[in-house]
Amino acid sequence: MTKDVKSMIDEIYDDKLKQLNEKAVEIREWIIKMLLEAGSGHSAGPLGMADIFAAMYFHVLRHDPKNPDWEDRDRLILSNGHICPVRYAAMALAGYFPVRELMTLRKIDSRLQGHPHRSALPGVETTSGPLGEGISQAIGMALAGRLDKKDYQVYCVASDGEHEEGNTWEAVMYAGKEKLHNLTVILDRNNIQIDGFTEDVMPLEPVRAKYEAFNWHVLEVDGHNIRAFVEAVREARTIYEKPTLIIAHTIAGKGVDFMEGDFTWHGKPPNKDEAKKALSELRTLHGKIRSEHE
Amino acid sequence: MLNPYLYLNEHVFDEDVQRRPTRDGFGEALVELGETDPRVVVLTADLSESTRTGGFEKKYPERFFECGVAEQNMAAIAAGLGVTGKVAFISSYATFSPGKNWETIRTTIVYNRANVKIAGHHSGIMTGPDGATHQATEDIAITRSWPGMQIYVPCDSLEAKKMTIAAAQTEDPVYLRFTRDKTPIMTTEETPFAPGKIQTFWTSKKPAVVLLATGHMLYQALLAARELEGEKIETLVANVGVIKPLDGKTILDLVEKAGAAVTVEDHQVMGGLGGAISEFLALHRPTPMEFVGLKDTFAESGDPVALMAKYHLDKQAVKTAVRRVLHRKK
Repeated sequence: MTKDVKSMIDEIYDDKLKQLNEKAVEIREWIIKMLLEAGSGHSAGPLGMADIFAAMYFHVLRHDPKNPDWEDRDRLILSNGHICPVRYAAMALAGYFPVRELMTLRKIDSRLQGHPHRSALPGVETTSGPLGEGISQAIGMALAGRLDKKDYQVYCVASDGEHEEGNTWEAVMYAGKEKLHNLTVILDRNNIQIDGFTEDVMPLEPVRAKYEAFNWHVLEVDGHNIRAFVEAVREARTIYEKPTLIIAHTIAGKGVDFMEGDFTWHGKPPNKDEAKKALSELRTLHGKIRSEHE
Repeated sequence: MLNPYLYLNEHVFDEDVQRRPTRDGFGEALVELGETDPRVVVLTADLSESTRTGGFEKKYPERFFECGVAEQNMAAIAAGLGVTGKVAFISSYATFSPGKNWETIRTTIVYNRANVKIAGHHSGIMTGPDGATHQATEDIAITRSWPGMQIYVPCDSLEAKKMTIAAAQTEDPVYLRFTRDKTPIMTTEETPFAPGKIQTFWTSKKPAVVLLATGHMLYQALLAARELEGEKIETLVANVGVIKPLDGKTILDLVEKAGAAVTVEDHQVMGGLGGAISEFLALHRPTPMEFVGLKDTFAESGDPVALMAKYHLDKQAVKTAVRRVLHRKK
């Protein structure tokens, strides 16, 4: 294969990087607002993945928010469905649905289910929440793409905690066997899960060696460095004969000082005061700018 | 007498009636579907021979996916295929799929409304010598409670083929239940196939009870009906091939005529056909009922015929249930 697949995703220049970083802040603000309004949900994971979702929805993905079922679209599967606020916020900002609808998260009659549901909201690709099932479903979509001779890429975001599920490894083994080069898994390596630090609950390291042993191409990036992440995704598209894993090192709760790296923020929303503090941090870039808008 | 309108197998009561496993009909249907429907893909979990997917594999290798011994992965891969324009059949023993991977199917196939057909093999104690670990006797119960799920249970290999083809024609998830051992062929190619409709295989002028049977147990019900006729007890025998959605209208008609009902299944009564029919009749027409099926017990290894006698799933058990229900009817 000599096709320059890299050209499918543009390199990032400074203007674009600035825009994407701003998008990520906007996504984080909405995550805080949604969770405060919902009164339940997960804070740390969604904040930690805001940069990657900004990069995906505003640069990487070949998609059309007005035509979510477009059959040539790239697929983005969210395996760890509980971090869906980050996906909902990115989708709304990208134009899939009105931004004000974000405030209906987890409420009755809402399309924004507590864990994403395909039939409820076009564009979420698949129903998820129970862990360990996303990579398998992404494999199914990648196999269908191969059968249909489509050139779309299937991306799957998975958490580190869900690598404790046996199903995850069944899928890793299978994708290696099938040499699914149209599959890219993005591992949200934030080192926390509900009961504590992943390496205390159930050690995952050396995760790179484990994937490589199953015939995957593995890349590692700082999950808050959008330029580096996009470069990794571009490289993944040039790899034939193997699926790619991008280990994205992220900080859970990123962007809000009192949440960063604290596993107690895994499964709870901020209260009113905490939300105010968080929004102020985000809007002033941790006090760097003075004029905070309300 | 056998319902003449259904063109049933006239040798059904012969000692040497032709017998085939229902899984054979499934395998034949897949090969046919491979030809007629390019959307059809087939997945198996290291059981291609015994779940009869090998024929499809040979003819359409690019649409066949060997998942190894990993039933959860198989189900969720099928879900991904099913939401991307394919009609995916997954095939394993029912104790593993939909048993072991129940939640995976619930989330990624049923709730997700993925176009996936779940073929559960080795159902019932008819599985025989492998023992209770491999005899699926709760699979109807665990799939019936899924909202919107369809459940097809063919009575013989011919109906198995027709049902498999019918399953591919709906966009929704379907559970198909098959047996390992050879069972009598009761229908013919000419038997009209009306998916979802309950058909009366045995009719009589003044029925005192209707036997509602599913799967290969329909044969035991027919044997019982014929002997009971000699004992001046008239019955109806109906084939409940689709357990969900239930053909309520026909059930009401039959119960109206007979006034009492016996359900007959190779499965736990709890949550199975017995559960389904009694839930329906309790609401619409309370009727004296008896149940032939497993009563809160696992079975064991053994010859299927001996097991059916020991666990009260044979024609004697059906006759006993009929006498009991007639006693209660008075």
